[in-house]
Amino acid sequence: MKKTFAFLTLAAVLAAPMAAQAHRAWMAPTATTLSGNDAWVGFDAGMSNQVFNPDHAAMRMTGLTITAPDGSAVQPEHAMQGQYRSTFDVHLTQNGTYKVANVMNGFMASYKLNGEQKRWRGAAAEFPAALPEGATDVQATRTASRIETFVTLNNPTDTVFTTTGEGLEMVPVTHPNDLVVGEPASFKLLKDGQPAGGLEVTVARGGLRYRDNPEESTVTTGADGAFTVTWPEAGMYWLNASVRTEGQGDTPGSNASYVAAVEVLP
Amino acid sequence: MRLLPVVITTAGLAVAAPAFAADLSVSVEIPRLNTAAYHRPYVAVWIEKPDQTAERTLAVWYQQTRNNEGDGKDWLKDLRTWWRKGGRAMTLPADGVSGATRAPGRQTVTVPAARLNGLQPGQYNLVVEAARELGGREVVRVPFRWGAANTADASGSSELGAVRVTVSR
Repeated sequence: MKKTFAFLTLAAVLAAPMAAQAHRAWMAPTATTLSGNDAWVGFDAGMSNQVFNPDHAAMRMTGLTITAPDGSAVQPEHAMQGQYRSTFDVHLTQNGTYKVANVMNGFMASYKLNGEQKRWRGAAAEFPAALPEGATDVQATRTASRIETFVTLNNPTDTVFTTTGEGLEMVPVTHPNDLVVGEPASFKLLKDGQPAGGLEVTVARGGLRYRDNPEESTVTTGADGAFTVTWPEAGMYWLNASVRTEGQGDTPGSNASYVAAVEVLP
Repeated sequence: MRLLPVVITTAGLAVAAPAFAADLSVSVEIPRLNTAAYHRPYVAVWIEKPDQTAERTLAVWYQQTRNNEGDGKDWLKDLRTWWRKGGRAMTLPADGVSGATRAPGRQTVTVPAARLNGLQPGQYNLVVEAARELGGREVVRVPFRWGAANTADASGSSELGAVRVTVSR
């Protein structure tokens, strides 16, 4: 798996914030609500201006974690990387809800060496030893990116909603595979395990190529980190929030982002 | 449950009211559609409260076997409304509820009184949902009263025709 996906687009997700804003990262399932004894679901993941329209860069999937309802890890199948999207399949063999997440946590630093601006990326443990001798003006940032979605075979379950306490995470209040037009749905955002209040969440519906109005909206989380969306139309929706804190002295800054794809049925 | 079979008959047979007195009878018109590839629809029939929460499923008609395209249960989720409101929580096949798909024409579900024992008197909706392969989906709601004899009608416009609920008590 790790070898299949080339080192392509890390920059867009983890590095320059400008790039992250220019292109949106998404991972979308071919179906979210399944029935039967078992089922297959395909996933596409990429970075693009219009969510779910692969036209810019494939996503690097090194952080892919698939969690089955019983908590076990599931291996992706038929993985491949196209020019504009990475794809893989998941074979659902257990009843209940699966979480499919691409989680990339790391560390980055900008510094000056001989008057030249440089950038380093790696794991937190490697810092600051990995920086070259003579580096000055070091600014370090802890990065945490989570891009995830949920799919359910037969009756939904909530066993995969446990959080890690790292970065931005979502705790569903309304089950993410139980969304229909016109009904309000609530979710809670946590930053490093604590309620993330006052965050702006972007809500964008896919299929933008076939309409003129982006129909995008934003909603702000309350003090408890919760936000509510009432879906105006059926479709695949992209939910995104991010939070930055500046570093102070020896304390590194932090840059955490969260993306979910959820399907709303008519 | 096994002692209380649901009598699902064609319209013609249902008229000859059986001796154990059917309490709730639903007739559903499955329209004859002139399309290139017609497949019989999946159909669910259930009772819901006025707030649209499901009370109980009376019938689900779906492909009972596995073929080279998959197992019949693979497409139960296409009965979207029923699936979300209760179908997905059921274990299927269910005695007296599951059945094979029905042909176009008038189909009848008759539920004997004993099977509706716990149903409190009051206002309900009888809901019929049909979803067809390579076709559409339609939900028809028929408000009816449980506790006194009455009949109620509604009609679909695409995947379902007339739906009639008869409470005989």
